[in-house]
Amino acid sequence: MSLLHTINKSPFERNSFDSCVAHAKKGSSILLIEDGVYAATQGTAAARKLEGIMKDVKVYALQPDVNTRGMQSKMLDGVNLVDYGGFVDLVTQHNAVQAWL
Amino acid sequence: MATINVAGKDIEVDEEGYLVNRADWNEEVAKIMAKGDNCDLTDSHWEVINFLREYYEEYQIAPAVRVLTKAIGKKLGADKGNSKYLYELFPYGPAKQACKYAGLPKPTGCV
Amino acid sequence: MSEEMQGGIIKKFLYVNRRAPYGTIYALESLEVVLISAAFEQDVSLAFIDDGVYEIVKGQDTKASEMKNFSPTYRALEGYDIEKLYVEKESLAERGLTEADLLVPVKVLSRGEMADLMESNDVVLSF
Repeated sequence: MSLLHTINKSPFERNSFDSCVAHAKKGSSILLIEDGVYAATQGTAAARKLEGIMKDVKVYALQPDVNTRGMQSKMLDGVNLVDYGGFVDLVTQHNAVQAWL
Repeated sequence: MATINVAGKDIEVDEEGYLVNRADWNEEVAKIMAKGDNCDLTDSHWEVINFLREYYEEYQIAPAVRVLTKAIGKKLGADKGNSKYLYELFPYGPAKQACKYAGLPKPTGCV
Repeated sequence: MSEEMQGGIIKKFLYVNRRAPYGTIYALESLEVVLISAAFEQDVSLAFIDDGVYEIVKGQDTKASEMKNFSPTYRALEGYDIEKLYVEKESLAERGLTEADLLVPVKVLSRGEMADLMESNDVVLSF
């Protein structure tokens, strides 16, 4: 039981992603939603950062938002895709949600 | 919200008579809308209406009249891809009126 | 603008798109302005830089999110005689994308060439 971090901004446009990664402690989870899903696409600096923390932090991405943006085939290995129900499950499985807006 | 009655069912339209939900469309809807404008739909009308529905399906917009005219010319021939022919069929404006019967929104930029 | 039209003056318009398509309304608004302004028959170019390149990525599928997928509309631009689409090479590369990931034909420019393009237009509208 720990924090669920959500990020809904593109890592290229805001520093929400960078700041979240810098604050995510071992055992916490990061769920990428909306434009936040771009952070988990292959070949980006953000994805390299995610690879660096994946052994300590579980990374999820909301599948409907991934599909909406056409990023289905670009997702980084090791990122767990969840649907809306899975989003709710993640919320209930963590102590609190920190939304990096 | 305004409605039109088609086969005993009330269907929502906006203040200008365009369908609120595109999924409500069927041929009967087009016929009832046309009747309201004192227009009997002929095969020539349907050709344009069906063309518009295909255009929307492909591009997710209702085309501007200039674009419609050009595209009709390409698909159905120059004798049909001109303003005179299209305005005769749809005197209220081919894009505006035909889009309405086709269950599409008003073309972007159309006032 | 209508007076200029009657005078037959054609200006070079550049629409600069630099936002991802669904998180904010900018991309859709830009596209609508472009479609509307096509009626004025000006010399229009579109530039896609930064997150704007995401607007024209193939494979957008909004079934699950139930949003409006407006990506097919970029393919209609050709019918509106808007055929000058420019994409910045560096913006694609930073995002792990290539020209093959895009759903419309574009000309890929370097950042320097994109800067020159911006300078060469009469009106620049940024979204």
